[in-house]
Amino acid sequence: MDGVFYTLHDFMIHTESITYLLIIPALLGITVFWRLIAGKDDN
Amino acid sequence: MSEETIPGRKSFFSLFNICAGIIVVIGLYITYLRFTGGLGAVTNLSDYNPWGIWIGFDLLVGVALAAGGFVTSAAVYIFGMKRYHSAVRPAILTGFLGYAIVVLALNYDVGRPWRLPYPFIIQQGTTSVLFEVAACVALYLTVLFIEFSSAPLEWLGLKRARDIVIKLTMVLTILGVILSTMHQSSLGALFLIAPSKLHPLWYSPFLPVYFFITSIIAGLSMVIFESTLSYRFFKHKMDEIHMQEKNDITLGFGKAASFVLAGYFIIKIFGLSSSNNWHYLKTDYGIWYLVELLGFVALPSFLYAIGVRVKSLNLIKWTSVLAILGIILNRFNVCLIAFNWHLPSSERYFPHWMEIGISVFIVTVGLIAFRFIVTRMPILYEHPDYKDAH
Amino acid sequence: MSISRRKFLGWVGAAGLSTALGKSAAAATHKHFSGYPGSFAVLHDTTFCVGCRNCEAACNKVNDLPQPDRPFTDLSVLEKKRRTTTKVFTVVNKRNDLQRAESPVFFKNQCNHCLEPACASVCFVRAFTKTKTGAVIYDSSVCVGCRYCMVACPFEIPTYEYDQVLTPRIRKCTMCYPRVSKGQLPGCVEACPMEALTFGKRQDLINFAKQRIQKYPDRYVDHVYGEQEMGGTSWLYLSGVPFKEIGMREDLGVTPAPELTAGALAVVPMIVGLWPVFLTGIYAMTKRSDKIAEREKEQAIDKAVKAARKEDAELKT
Repeated sequence: MDGVFYTLHDFMIHTESITYLLIIPALLGITVFWRLIAGKDDN
Repeated sequence: MSEETIPGRKSFFSLFNICAGIIVVIGLYITYLRFTGGLGAVTNLSDYNPWGIWIGFDLLVGVALAAGGFVTSAAVYIFGMKRYHSAVRPAILTGFLGYAIVVLALNYDVGRPWRLPYPFIIQQGTTSVLFEVAACVALYLTVLFIEFSSAPLEWLGLKRARDIVIKLTMVLTILGVILSTMHQSSLGALFLIAPSKLHPLWYSPFLPVYFFITSIIAGLSMVIFESTLSYRFFKHKMDEIHMQEKNDITLGFGKAASFVLAGYFIIKIFGLSSSNNWHYLKTDYGIWYLVELLGFVALPSFLYAIGVRVKSLNLIKWTSVLAILGIILNRFNVCLIAFNWHLPSSERYFPHWMEIGISVFIVTVGLIAFRFIVTRMPILYEHPDYKDAH
Repeated sequence: MSISRRKFLGWVGAAGLSTALGKSAAAATHKHFSGYPGSFAVLHDTTFCVGCRNCEAACNKVNDLPQPDRPFTDLSVLEKKRRTTTKVFTVVNKRNDLQRAESPVFFKNQCNHCLEPACASVCFVRAFTKTKTGAVIYDSSVCVGCRYCMVACPFEIPTYEYDQVLTPRIRKCTMCYPRVSKGQLPGCVEACPMEALTFGKRQDLINFAKQRIQKYPDRYVDHVYGEQEMGGTSWLYLSGVPFKEIGMREDLGVTPAPELTAGALAVVPMIVGLWPVFLTGIYAMTKRSDKIAEREKEQAIDKAVKAARKEDAELKT
């Protein structure tokens, strides 16, 4: 990759791949976070 | 069918059995031809028309009509409309079977179905809308399976596993809505790449929004339609709660569908205006577009509204059929009829009868599975051991 | 075969290939992408094409494609419009019904090797690669056979082996990637006797094409097809008649294919981020109003019970 993107496609492959990887911790994280603030009385 | 005890129903089911049997035999024969002769042996697909009804109907329509699962569970669990609770399980079951047969159909359509996991395990083409569709469909099928699994677990008497599934309800519901929003809209986004091939009246930057909103309409209408059929053929399986809530569900979902259709009609007009496509309305395609917009969007919205106002369950039920036909028409227009509109008619696509045969076969397999499950598992009634759940 | 001036331009380009491939990244920004610097292209000057089909024959040979039913010397096939197939990566078509042109017009068609290929953008296994040479190549070892590339391609180029049971592949022109990598010319360019095809660096060819238009304004339509179309292609065309009339669409626009879906893809993480917040919020609100309703109900019952007791007590006294 050399850190430089010559085509929009290569650039998007890079950014989209990271996006998809971030989606997983984002979903897990927000679930845990809700449980923290909602306390035990909630689901 | 040993458990069919009502005499009037018996003749229908034996007729169903005969028809289903014939369709399955023909379907298996075409399956054999497909996997020994390639796609060319059973389809009319060409280099100009790479996608036929296995994508247009089985994938696009199939996924849209299976939206009842996420719509109903969101209404009941997230928006707190508890009076519709008895609609959840049938809707989840319809959704699960819907997605299952979509995936089954994809195995016929793609050239090398054994490579379907490749986008995830070999090389990720993350810039493709299809990558997102594939990921979401795979995940959502899993979510639906877990949501649905409480029924077979009750049926099999596995209480502990069933209780774990029930505890996950909220998380699964929210995850289901997220995944559905993503892939229902992405099915429309698939066509954003081809502005030069799709007729301007159907090509719109709002395609993903249109597909998502129509999936909600499809989901609501399918719940009404499916509950009508269930009442007709599986009445003896329904418990009192189902009987009581049935009409309430039809009225409530009819009202919702009417309103969503109205909103959809408005955003379609905005889309028309923002692309400045008014002049196309005078052409043949324009008339066809108006048929879809007025006959299959405005009209069902209006009829649903009347049905709700005068409390005519019959009108609502028949309108649900019209609305579902409208969804099918819309998907066909985008994928097949208005697609490749620039080509001469000699190079256009019309399905081979064996393509239709496979689509009918796959829907039949879904119906058989639905009947198998509904006649055995607690779908249309609450399991006596688990009354407390709600 | 004599090396003409235009062929020479090609050879110089090919010689420069090794340096282009070896070089590490040059300056590039993250906002604008102008493709691989120094990548190659082919300029097709349709006004020179005589429809001899030598390019078709050469293409057939270098790609090891099956022999056609009718030999390449049979020019009668030109009478009917043809398209690329799984066994034919390039075709020459003819039009002799154009009023403006006194003689028939011939034009070659094959993959245009977009700078931002739609096929690569939509492939969910990244089977297509835009290479540094300019060629868009396909790797059948990962292909699932979904045929989305065929839906996406604005030039309707990729073809599919529908008759293959176990190993159906997409087939299309490779811009002779293996040959160019070795410093050779693409088969069709090498075979053309009329200088209708010129191989060279893309930027050089664009300049060259524009010079030709300036020099012979009566001979050409004032447009280099492929310079901007779909964000630019590695095949460039000059024509004496409107491009529309030689089967090339003029309504494709200049937007690179990936940009067409970029917006929809960008919404996905927004849904992932905000839907849980939005939905959980609604859930919490319905739950809360349920609780309040329940409490009010309890209070009402409580009140009623108390009132009843009071009444009872009053009655007793």
